[in-house]
Amino acid sequence: MSNTRTAPLAPRVETQVSARGRRPRPRLPRLVAWAYLVPVVVYLIAFYAYPLYRNLELSLRDYTVRSFVSGDAPFIGLDNFREVFADPTFGPAVIHTAIFTIVSIAFQYGIGLALAVFFNNNFRLSSTLRALFLVPWLLPMIVSASTWSWMLNSDSGVVNTALNAFGLPDINWLTSPTWSLVAVIIANVWIGIPFNLVILYSGLQNIPDNLFEAASLDGASGWQTFRHVTLPLLKPVSAITLLLGFVYTLKVFDIIWIMTRGGPGTSSTTLSTWSYQLGFGSLLPHFGPGAAVGNLLIVVALAFGLLYIRFQRVEADR
Amino acid sequence: MNATRSTSRTVIGIVLTALMLFPVYWMVNVSLMRTGDMRRDPPYLFPLHPTFSGYRAVLRDQLPYLGTSLAIGIGTVALTLAVSAPAAYSLAKLRPTGGKSLTFILLMAQMIPGIIMAMGFYSIFLNVGIINTWWGLIIADSTLAVPFGVLIFTAFMSGIPDELMQAAKLDGAGSWRTFTSIVLPVSRNPVVTVSLFAFLWGWSDFIFASTLNSGGSMQPITLGIYKYIGNNNQEWNSIMATAVVASIPAAFLLVVAQRYVAAGVTAGAVKD
Repeated sequence: MSNTRTAPLAPRVETQVSARGRRPRPRLPRLVAWAYLVPVVVYLIAFYAYPLYRNLELSLRDYTVRSFVSGDAPFIGLDNFREVFADPTFGPAVIHTAIFTIVSIAFQYGIGLALAVFFNNNFRLSSTLRALFLVPWLLPMIVSASTWSWMLNSDSGVVNTALNAFGLPDINWLTSPTWSLVAVIIANVWIGIPFNLVILYSGLQNIPDNLFEAASLDGASGWQTFRHVTLPLLKPVSAITLLLGFVYTLKVFDIIWIMTRGGPGTSSTTLSTWSYQLGFGSLLPHFGPGAAVGNLLIVVALAFGLLYIRFQRVEADR
Repeated sequence: MNATRSTSRTVIGIVLTALMLFPVYWMVNVSLMRTGDMRRDPPYLFPLHPTFSGYRAVLRDQLPYLGTSLAIGIGTVALTLAVSAPAAYSLAKLRPTGGKSLTFILLMAQMIPGIIMAMGFYSIFLNVGIINTWWGLIIADSTLAVPFGVLIFTAFMSGIPDELMQAAKLDGAGSWRTFTSIVLPVSRNPVVTVSLFAFLWGWSDFIFASTLNSGGSMQPITLGIYKYIGNNNQEWNSIMATAVVASIPAAFLLVVAQRYVAAGVTAGAVKD
């Protein structure tokens, strides 16, 4: 679901708006309206609700590979959660998840906003170049992750070559516990910039030009205009971008797993990679604790998700 | 003065874009490198001695994976369209009771972390006996695209004029006729948009593939690359060549179908 990171969200923002303010239509029988919804409802129950239920069940029972098949895993209540909380990996995983999410978003948003402001001036080739900025967003995660792995390779990576050219020493990006989290954050920022650029750019486009003209007539400098016109008017779009960024960054898995597997040690382990590590990362799977970590993650993700939807509704109503 | 300013902006823009796309360039550069140059320090910055041995390795090792990914991508598109288009028609035009709650559920569904879905699917697939099948991945991958599809289709279909529907109704068309012969034909743009993204997500998926199909005989290209990294971390030219080939759908989307993506993004923006 890493990919979902990237659904273009601009349309969603509008969905709410366009459903409103229409004159009532003649009503078709309710049954007919629902007949068209049957596939999606069945689909949601079978392929969303049921997997989530199974995941919850996994976290409350003592599953092994054998009891998976026989289906007689004993119910152990919250033992899996207790085990997870007591695990020495728990603290680091929570801290890394927080650092990874907050630092990634700060840079993605900052760089995305700067680029959006830059591209908001129409110049020759601007739309072509803006389109090219989408590339990191469209590439399969495994492609980006493996490319970054090789670029950050200690001995033969081009990043260290560049550092050397500036007289700096080599950095063991992926193999030193000090740098591994930084390395995956760099790659993740690169992937996330396009998303922030696209949404913030569309937000800028909706600010009427005459506001900028008025500011410049009043003698405002570029920075003053940005600080007192652009930024305040961009607030709603910024909030949406940041909240969605939060939800999507929390669940990033591929990039970290492919680049470092959460290591070395637990130095780049987040809740996502830890959950995977427990369930699938070793020969002796710990499905129960893995599912328990997953369920903790979903609570956080949905909390921010609800915040986002609420905020979007409020904005749409204004 | 304005012209020089615009030119200097273009120059800055090109530099920024080049910086941003450097990893992509590097992927291509490494894919053309000779194996012997791979560990050279400093590395060749340009493909001065290009070799296609990496791409020959792709043809030798990776074709079955690419074929599987293609099948998974197409299957994901078909399932996504079949489920989401009718639902969106109802949500946009037939005003079902509970429609708003359904939209809310779809929004929330997009926020569920993949690892949780993967574990749930793993336990279900194991019981049902479809673990390690390539088509099981179609089901899992479509969960990435169905909520998105419904929301995009709904946004677009809300914009179809009601007069068009009324006319069909006066001509005696039922709701199904209206859907298939009026709504679907004018919904070409969202169909293309949803298909493109569903394909891309099915093609790019790693987490479902690595959990639900890790031991299958037909595996997608993402697992092909992953195993490549694990097995021969010396031949990065082959790995990067595979990565280049795996990026083709993304490049296609950007070059050929960009306007459909834009159409999808602006679909909801048309207010009446």
